[in-house]
Amino acid sequence: MAESNEESTVAQTAVAETDPNKLTNARVLTTLHQLFGEDAFTDVDEPYGLLTATTTRERIHEIIQTLHGEPTMQFNFLTTMCGIHYPEQEDQELGMIYHLHSLVHNVRLRLKIFFPITDPAVPTLSDIHATANWMEREAFDFFGIIFTGHPNLIRILNVEDMDYHPMRREYPLEDGTREDKTDLFFGR
Amino acid sequence: MAVNDTLESTHKIHQEAREQQHNQLVPTLNDFSQELTTLNLGPTHPATHGIFQNILQMDGERIISGVPTIGYIHRAFEKIAERRPFYQITTLTDRMNYCSSPINNMGWHMTVEKLLGITVPKRAQYMRVIMMELARITDHLICNSILGVDTGAFTGFLYLFQEREKVYEIYEEVCGARLTTNMGRIGGMERDFTPVAIEKLRKWLKEFPAVMREFESMFNRNRIFMDRVVNVGPITAEKALNYGFTGPNLRAAGVDYDVRVMNPYSSYEDFDFEIPVGTNGDTYDRFLVRNEEIWQSLRIINQALDNLPEGPFHADAPHYYLPPKQAVYKNMEALIYHFKIIMGEIEAPVGEVYHSVEGGNGELGFYLVSDGGRTPYRLHFRRPCFIYYQAYPEMVVGTSLSDAIVILSSMNVIAGELDA
Repeated sequence: MAESNEESTVAQTAVAETDPNKLTNARVLTTLHQLFGEDAFTDVDEPYGLLTATTTRERIHEIIQTLHGEPTMQFNFLTTMCGIHYPEQEDQELGMIYHLHSLVHNVRLRLKIFFPITDPAVPTLSDIHATANWMEREAFDFFGIIFTGHPNLIRILNVEDMDYHPMRREYPLEDGTREDKTDLFFGR
Repeated sequence: MAVNDTLESTHKIHQEAREQQHNQLVPTLNDFSQELTTLNLGPTHPATHGIFQNILQMDGERIISGVPTIGYIHRAFEKIAERRPFYQITTLTDRMNYCSSPINNMGWHMTVEKLLGITVPKRAQYMRVIMMELARITDHLICNSILGVDTGAFTGFLYLFQEREKVYEIYEEVCGARLTTNMGRIGGMERDFTPVAIEKLRKWLKEFPAVMREFESMFNRNRIFMDRVVNVGPITAEKALNYGFTGPNLRAAGVDYDVRVMNPYSSYEDFDFEIPVGTNGDTYDRFLVRNEEIWQSLRIINQALDNLPEGPFHADAPHYYLPPKQAVYKNMEALIYHFKIIMGEIEAPVGEVYHSVEGGNGELGFYLVSDGGRTPYRLHFRRPCFIYYQAYPEMVVGTSLSDAIVILSSMNVIAGELDA
């Protein structure tokens, strides 16, 4: 798999050399580094051709706002965002994953942020993208991520009086006290 | 008839009107606006075509604000998916947009194939295109014919549902199921098209255009229909993009974004078709865009069927694709693979993949994070309905209740996809 990733990167670089106007992952990354500095992004990778980078929650709002109006790239479409939970990552348990899309250049970008579960506060994007409103409510509902500045941060798919956030890994799908089913063969 | 400010006088006016028993308009008192009416549209209302609630504040006939409540049929698919092997997740995708299940199924299969690095043979890709375009047609048929029902024209609905029934018979011939199809497998299709399926498909392709033309002649320039839908619920391209619209609703606003063209999958680049766009994104544009997409889908199906390549209908990937049942009884390797696949013991790489297809309502995306285990570590569905339905309150403010119904209908909000 690692080999195929390398190949695709090489192939894209070749295309970039032949077509100077084509916005490729390499060019996006260069521009990102120019705009926000090299240290703003860690874990830069291209899994299956989609440029992925990890940044911090302090900078995510600024980055997405700048990319929204940035004339050369125009990442003005927020395709989707979702939460994720890695209980074993100390102080980085919860994460948010943003998929941006530049419809003009047809390039996608995936940004990730990670933060501790004890302090799950993330700036809202609903002031930039109206579509972030319900996506953030969904992430709040399922992961308990607090979006500061969100106009209406209430549960969206679950009932209001639910007192936990069900997509976190500590909540098993089925009742743990059941004895008539065994996970020996069929469980995760 | 003088209009007074008091409640009593309104009662009096109403009473007078009743006593006179004729059809004259009853004037509404202006300061009735002080007293707003709260109207519950849903959760179970025949005109919402799904279980979701809108709490509308009405000032007389006019909608002041709307608060949508969703989640009535939330089934926790993302959570369930974290415990299921890849092939068992297909049945979850069926139940999202149940008007076009094959697109959901195949979008999921392609996501897993992308993760596993499986290349699907050309014939299987063309077969998928045929089934996905059939699904798109049925999806649009439902949306447009029900828009007719909501504006008071039942005939088109009856005509088109007969055609939808024939498509469901084709599904049945291809995969054995009709609504929740579970069609195809990871690696291709589960069986080849039978001669009966091809025959049914060809027959339908010959007969359907006449019905569709009849439907269009019934609606497209119909004065009554146009009065109900033109300039109702318009949305600008900027707003639609900001709200994350995709699919026919975005294209009606004038943005030619279509995943089939932007990021071609399953050999869509081989086919010649056009992307219809509207101008001001109103209900009429959404209706026309869907109608035109039906014609374009027919074009694609015809091309795919005429050029259907020979060859296998599934990838040569024994680790992931179930062997034929006869071989399982006679052949040891087949038995082992069968057992391993059914138990979910396949080798999945560690990685994350996003794949999107053009669903009936827009970009249907699958974001799959795999940690190498037998099930996804995290699976997120980008459900177009969920994303664009949040624009609904803004679109209905200032309109009347009957317009709100029409707007909802033309947005094609499918409760299953909305709530996952």
